[in-house]
Amino acid sequence: MISLVLVCILLLLGLGIAGARLAHTPSGNSIVYGGSLGISCISLLIALLSLAATPSTITLPLGLPWIGAHFRLDSLAAFFLFVVGLGSAGASLYALGYGAHEPEPQRVLPFYPVFLAGLNLVVLADDAFSFLFAWELMSLASWALVMSHDREPGNAHAGLVYIIMASFSGLALLLCFGLLAGPTGSYDFVAMRAVHPTPGLAAIALVLALIGAGSKAGVVPLHAWLPLAHPAAPSHVSALMSGVMTKVAVYGFIRIALDLIGAPTAWSGILVLAVGGITAVMGVLYALMEHDLKRLLAYHTVENIGIIFIGLGLAIAFGANGLAAAAALGLTAALFHVFNHSVFKSLLFFGTGAVLTTTGERDMDHLGGLIHRMPKTAFAFLVGCVAISALPPLNGFVSEWLTFQAILLHPNLPQWGLKIAIPADGALLALSAALAAACLVKAYGVTFLGRPRTRAAIDAHEVERCSIAAMYVFAALCLLAGIFPGVVIDLLAPVVHTLTGARMPTQLGVAWLSILPVASARSSYNGLLVLLFIAASASLAVLVVHRFASRATRRAPAWDCGFPDPRPETQYTGGSFAQPIRRVYGAVVFRTHETVTMPPPGDIAPARIEKHFSDVIWDVFYAPIAGAIWRASEILNHLQFLTIRRYLGFVFAALIILLFALALWQ
Amino acid sequence: MAVIQGLLVQGVQMALVLLLAPLLTGLVRKVKARLQRRRGASLIQPYRDLKRLLGKEVVLAENASWLFRTAPYVIFAVTWVAAALVPTFGTGLLFNWSGDLIAITALLGSARFAQALAAMDIGTSFGGIGASREVMIASLAEPAMLMIALTVALVAGSTQLSTIADYMAFSAVGLRVSLALGLVALIIVALAENARIPVDNPATHLELTMVHEAMVLEYSGRHLAMIELAAALKLLLYISVIACIFCPVGLAHGYAIGFVLYLFKLAVAGVLLGVFEMSIAKMRVFRVPNFLGAALMLGLLGVLLLFVSEGM
Repeated sequence: MISLVLVCILLLLGLGIAGARLAHTPSGNSIVYGGSLGISCISLLIALLSLAATPSTITLPLGLPWIGAHFRLDSLAAFFLFVVGLGSAGASLYALGYGAHEPEPQRVLPFYPVFLAGLNLVVLADDAFSFLFAWELMSLASWALVMSHDREPGNAHAGLVYIIMASFSGLALLLCFGLLAGPTGSYDFVAMRAVHPTPGLAAIALVLALIGAGSKAGVVPLHAWLPLAHPAAPSHVSALMSGVMTKVAVYGFIRIALDLIGAPTAWSGILVLAVGGITAVMGVLYALMEHDLKRLLAYHTVENIGIIFIGLGLAIAFGANGLAAAAALGLTAALFHVFNHSVFKSLLFFGTGAVLTTTGERDMDHLGGLIHRMPKTAFAFLVGCVAISALPPLNGFVSEWLTFQAILLHPNLPQWGLKIAIPADGALLALSAALAAACLVKAYGVTFLGRPRTRAAIDAHEVERCSIAAMYVFAALCLLAGIFPGVVIDLLAPVVHTLTGARMPTQLGVAWLSILPVASARSSYNGLLVLLFIAASASLAVLVVHRFASRATRRAPAWDCGFPDPRPETQYTGGSFAQPIRRVYGAVVFRTHETVTMPPPGDIAPARIEKHFSDVIWDVFYAPIAGAIWRASEILNHLQFLTIRRYLGFVFAALIILLFALALWQ
Repeated sequence: MAVIQGLLVQGVQMALVLLLAPLLTGLVRKVKARLQRRRGASLIQPYRDLKRLLGKEVVLAENASWLFRTAPYVIFAVTWVAAALVPTFGTGLLFNWSGDLIAITALLGSARFAQALAAMDIGTSFGGIGASREVMIASLAEPAMLMIALTVALVAGSTQLSTIADYMAFSAVGLRVSLALGLVALIIVALAENARIPVDNPATHLELTMVHEAMVLEYSGRHLAMIELAAALKLLLYISVIACIFCPVGLAHGYAIGFVLYLFKLAVAGVLLGVFEMSIAKMRVFRVPNFLGAALMLGLLGVLLLFVSEGM
């Protein structure tokens, strides 16, 4: 099995080289994306088959000579290989249509398959060297894709911030593996599992893993690069970065925290819960302040990563207390959300990409009324919006429901930190779900509903068939995972069992396809019945009303309390829609305020309203570091313009100081 | 045979909530009118209004999309299903276990999502203002409701309303601080979610603080009837939830007793709501977050207390 996947990865790398050669030919686009689609489908199938199979390993004579390159396909890797395969198959299908609009294909086609190869390779790596190599391959290939439109304003800055944060994350993981390697210094994961680090070392390693993998996944406050870099890339790559790459980062964290380090501890559960809760709420609050569609979606990725980390935190906290069944529930909720988010976030980015191709706009305040001009995209996007807002009967609700059930399971944990952190996370999760729904009403309402605000929005038209097909496949998955959640939970069971030693009860045996969180639970949810119920009630209502009441319909101008204004500028924009929420939450979190300049009576100057917003996390965490680096480089800058005598003097002084240090050390 | 009987009882429940909902709205209006020393419209006026609306033609705005036309049915169906999941005259109905209190809250969220989107479809400023304020209110009311659900679930050991009602009826629950906090929070949430005074005023029109009415301004005819009916159902649903958690009397003593007691509970709640609405003024829209924030904090406090000590 694993050798087949490695062949797939090799083919992808070959496709990258082919992409570089074929970029200028008319068929280059379809060869690269068609090839990626085929290969992704194959690895998707292999992953599905290996979910419950015994782990297969292979060692190749590559990499460092005394280590070799170890690869392993166990159930955890298989699940994430499935997520990667699904996301990349969808993105490739979408790009078969979308990629034709690419102005500079030579800057996208060579790196796209390499990026896919990197994603797959991280998941398979079974030693620290291969893992870090694959991790960096993934980072660099995606960086090249982020920089593919470097002339557009802001993209060069995004690339710079991204490469700095990617290096930082690589460094943290390098140190983490260094600590886990133990005294023997063996870097393969089998040896790391066998070594049990001291509690102190394990703690530092866990924090480093949280920093390294977390910054790639986008946990607050390490998320700063994500809303810059994800939107800068072409839309199918944005979908991959948000939907898949962040999940690979989550994989990295799970692999290190739950597999390599060994026994979980309560305080690490508290840490992960705190990080998850803050990330979820901050992410969605940032999203609410945004009116650039792609950045809004990128901030929602931050939010959903928070939700995933809440699930992981619960799994760690319960695992530390020996409650295996509860830990299995928490982990299943997290992994279910990994799958869900990869599906609906890809779908939403595809939709945004479709809007971007046909209108050239990412700013929702320049759009509007697209539901009339792009009906197919609009419907698929609506499904994605409902799913990400955690509304039944779609899939987003199921994973949040499972997380809530995990929160409720054991209120009597002995640690006081967990007694506070778990209910607090429940509140933060509830808050983020409600705010996410608000934010997606804004995104959908301003972009797709109402009247068009610009010429570009008036002239919009539907996109190619391949792009539409990709969106509808993912929309169907949102629905299927929402109404048959038991299937997904059962598929996840072997993964959860290897990591926590327990699993959720088999769901396929439950009557009527309901789902049960734990065997003895008295709570259940049935998405299929809810959907059937709603469909039946709605059809009944339509039937009765149309049969027995009036069917007459007349079109007329909008009523609007008698004073309709025909100008589209009078509609609510993203900013005005978010104003009440900005006032309620933003005043505290982002120090937002508005200044209104009203001209005196009789003056015909326009009144102005200005809104001010400060990014607290950037100001607190990033600005001081950037300022310090800037000041240091200002000082060091003087060293550039000295005479040769002075340089020699410096060298001599450095030598003397080193010798003194050595002498004192002895 | 048991399945058929279960289906039948479930069908009765669905019909019952649908039939009683307008009556409850009529009762609240009547109580308010009497307290204002008016005679007030008859109790069955809401039925007459619905009949009149259903018979009229729909006047659609020129740029209304399919979403605007389907939303009323979706809102109605989702609210109806949610109302059918709440135990009214008996527990353990066939479909009670297909959705718990969390799912009911989320279903109401789905209805609100559809309504807010439909409000933005025509592209009028009234629709926008209504939708943006509705989601602001919901962004506090929904987490508060979920916190209440968690509080009750921690006491009863289940999020399933049927199980909760049975637990509350038969176990020695006693007086608990957390449940008291939950009750206060639930009443606040119910007032906000149903657009009642002091959060919103269901009787106003053309007032800038309106929320719910601004969203449905463009609707007419059968579409408006569906939305009005859904609003009435939602009020009934919240009263049923409060009744089945905090006053589960009669739910387990056969359907007949349950039914009579349910009617009584509805009547008491309707009168109390009318009296409450008459005795308080509507608050400014930016005072609402404080009001609802209090509900959220009470809910969170209830959960925290139960995490600290299971006896609280």
